[in-house]
Amino acid sequence: MAFEDQRTTVYKLDPAHPGSETLPTLRSEELLLNMGPQHPATHGVLKVILELEGERLVKSTPVLGYLHRGVEKLAEDGTYHQFIPHTDRLDYVCAMYNNFAYCRAVEKLMNITLPDRAEYLRTIVAEVQRIIGHQFWLGTQALDIGAMGVFFYCFRDREILMDWFDELCGARLTTSWYRIGGVERDFTPSLLDKLKQFLDYFPPKIDEYVVFLEKNRIWVGRTKGVAIISAEDAVSFGLSGPTLRGSGVDYDLRKAEPYSAYPKCEFSVPLGKNGDTYDRYWIRVQELYESVKIIRQCLEQMQDGPIMADVPSVTLPPKQRVFTNLESMIQQFKLFSQGFDAPPGEIYCGTEAHKGELGFYIVSTGGGKPYRLKIRAPSFIHMGAFDHMSRGYMIADAVTIFGTYDIVMGECDR
Amino acid sequence: MSLQELANRLQEDFATGLIKAVEWRGELAVTVMRDRLHEIAQFLHDDPAMDFDYIVHVSSVDWPDDEERFEVVYEFYSIRKRHRIRLKTRVSESDCIVDSLTDLWKGADFMEREVYDMMGIRFRNHPDLRRILLPDDYTEGYPLRKDFPLRGKGWRDTFEFLDETAR
Repeated sequence: MAFEDQRTTVYKLDPAHPGSETLPTLRSEELLLNMGPQHPATHGVLKVILELEGERLVKSTPVLGYLHRGVEKLAEDGTYHQFIPHTDRLDYVCAMYNNFAYCRAVEKLMNITLPDRAEYLRTIVAEVQRIIGHQFWLGTQALDIGAMGVFFYCFRDREILMDWFDELCGARLTTSWYRIGGVERDFTPSLLDKLKQFLDYFPPKIDEYVVFLEKNRIWVGRTKGVAIISAEDAVSFGLSGPTLRGSGVDYDLRKAEPYSAYPKCEFSVPLGKNGDTYDRYWIRVQELYESVKIIRQCLEQMQDGPIMADVPSVTLPPKQRVFTNLESMIQQFKLFSQGFDAPPGEIYCGTEAHKGELGFYIVSTGGGKPYRLKIRAPSFIHMGAFDHMSRGYMIADAVTIFGTYDIVMGECDR
Repeated sequence: MSLQELANRLQEDFATGLIKAVEWRGELAVTVMRDRLHEIAQFLHDDPAMDFDYIVHVSSVDWPDDEERFEVVYEFYSIRKRHRIRLKTRVSESDCIVDSLTDLWKGADFMEREVYDMMGIRFRNHPDLRRILLPDDYTEGYPLRKDFPLRGKGWRDTFEFLDETAR
């Protein structure tokens, strides 16, 4: 890649100065530095070409696509049900929320309403996933800029939830627990107990993380006032999630277009003031408390009931029936091999994942496969603002700026 | 503003530029003429009653059987007014170029680059129209077009595989 606009400034001694002919000319020019593709702080395979003036970033050009797997093309070849495991691999740190966003989009296309219990289960697991995502972010972001301690504490607590996922669906990362029209299976009493225990255990631990970071002068110095973006710019760039709310923009899809069980829960959406990395950190920490609140309310309100919408032409039959009843087995087989007949039309459905607005735009021309499926990945759109947000900061701050987006390349490159 | 009011307002102001407005599943999709896309987008962005300040996504759909083969899809949202709209326009394969909206929404930069990369639609006045997810020297074409085979264009079969089985 060629940069033709490399400026070269020549600093010369004043020719009037005595002896200037004998002195060598001091020349300064911009330095090009490739950061990545293999760099521990880029959370995947990302290359950024940094143009430097001394240690200051003049311009940065993200080079994406090292993890591009053509997920949108693959979607056109499979049925709607078959695409669910692909969504796990988008943002592999938070698979549950991707499943959730995708299933919601298909449900909107098929116009399915879910039974109450399914909505509560979905909301609980989505919020557990949000906690995991924010813990992961908190640990790795601090690790990237040198504060190692909090990483161990975050991962210690994240492990409890990972084991909980393991018990829920048999996988820690690639979960595929959500189904179109409901969820795969209900909570067992043991899962409920473990979750309740965790809710009592967790809030004091958040205070612990906060102490670790906010008493760390170096960490505070490297996040306060770094990667500032104004509210107007943040909106114009299409940022979303904590990255947008850090600039004080009140935009949370859970409130703006309430879905699932969120309208039945009381929670607040924390907003930042300065639009810097510290504010975005603060929002994520507050969201941990809010998530705990939402899960508690859902557990209290949840009643017994079906966990899958009763639309046999679209939703899968219960596993128990598949093993005992011939018709259900045929139904399951047909749904997976041929899919269901979606009406022609197009929908966009955005969901507030912990990184930002994760949206699916589905065009259907009828039949069992999507004609076109576009994923609105927050990480990709956040990278669009990277150049704008990094200008003028030090080279070491580039790492803070990756971190501030909570970027995962699997989702960015799709 | 309700979706119906939005559609009516656009109909009043841009009677000649509008091809059709469809409301489905609570979403408004407006197809406009390509030459007036930028003008209508500017109106959506600037008009105080519209106030579409947030760009959600830019996408593209390939309809190989149609005369105007490609469809470029913009989706906007208004954070203050809480309404959304989908703006669509059609282009033919021989004249595959649309006005870029990067001057209105900065986020359109990367999104339009992705559309160019995946579908081969060019954007006029785009500041940096290069491939984004695929490498710059990729010459196989545009993968999300319907005539691009799912398993690639056969170059995978040309790899020589080492025979590592026991002899």
